Amino acid sequence: MTDDTDQLTDIEQDALAEIANMGVSRAAHSLRQMVGKEVLLSVPAVKIVTRQAASKLVERNNAKKLVAVMQSFDGPFAGRALLIFPESQSLELVRSIVGDEHSLEDVIDLEHEALAETGNIILNGCLATIANVLHRTMRMSLPSIIRGDGAKLFEVGETNSGGQFVLFLYIDFSIKKRNVHGFIALLMDLPSIAALKDIVNDFINGIEKQPSSHVG
Amino acid sequence: MPYKVLVVDDSKLARMVMASAFRRIRPEWSLVETTNADEALAAVSTVDIALIDFNMPGTDGLELVARIRQSHPGMPVAVVSANIQDEIVGRARELNAGFIPKPLTDEALAAFLSGAMLRLKKAAP
Repeated sequence: MTDDTDQLTDIEQDALAEIANMGVSRAAHSLRQMVGKEVLLSVPAVKIVTRQAASKLVERNNAKKLVAVMQSFDGPFAGRALLIFPESQSLELVRSIVGDEHSLEDVIDLEHEALAETGNIILNGCLATIANVLHRTMRMSLPSIIRGDGAKLFEVGETNSGGQFVLFLYIDFSIKKRNVHGFIALLMDLPSIAALKDIVNDFINGIEKQPSSHVG
Repeated sequence: MPYKVLVVDDSKLARMVMASAFRRIRPEWSLVETTNADEALAAVSTVDIALIDFNMPGTDGLELVARIRQSHPGMPVAVVSANIQDEIVGRARELNAGFIPKPLTDEALAAFLSGAMLRLKKAAP
């Protein structure tokens, strides 16, 4: 790397975690409306790591078989947002949304559509809050479903990108009283990290320069 | 009368946003900034009002409010969070605490502080 994008200052890291936390917390509210149970969230983590390391992080504590709803976003910065959980829990997530009264066959039939719609609501909610907080506009692709290990989700094998550094931001979530837990992850590559750093610094400087006209 | 407000948030950014809002709406009040429950509990006896983040490492904001309530049952307290799920808002209410959503707006903070000020004035001897 040729510049300082491989490093986030403490305040940049803090700001990204806080802004992501707002996005995911708002999105958790939407998921809560869908499943009727409280959604528990972890404290967010922000790291600059290789794609390969990011793929290992999502496999942590999880089976290697994962399912993800992925949406690409672009605008002032670009990347992909993923809602990830172990494949074995995908039907349980669908069941918690459509209700326990449906048969297994119905749930299997609905799986693809329900996952895409859930991902769409959660990821859009999360990114829209982030964009609003930063006063920027982002475009989102339609959701797609990916099944496989962490490497497949993060395209580690493609175009020899496994060693590329990415900004990896993730939060664990689980649904209370349901055996469903997963991750919400945002992944951005280098040009986007540089752009995002500028935008976050504008935001931080904007807070410090807020007019304090009432101060005598 | 200027009051002293405890701000509890692990995020420096969130504390900066809060301080900035106070500079606009209650510039004469003073803030005591803390980053976790232990620091907050050590400082709570020196303040009039507390504003507490929910999602923090270690003790979360609602557990902290419950502990503050044991020693300060009447203190105006609000949970400040983007986690607007019914359970979180409901638990804050059960603890007789307000709820201010993030992203923080001056309007939401000002409304809570006006109510807090009335409660403090009523309670004053």
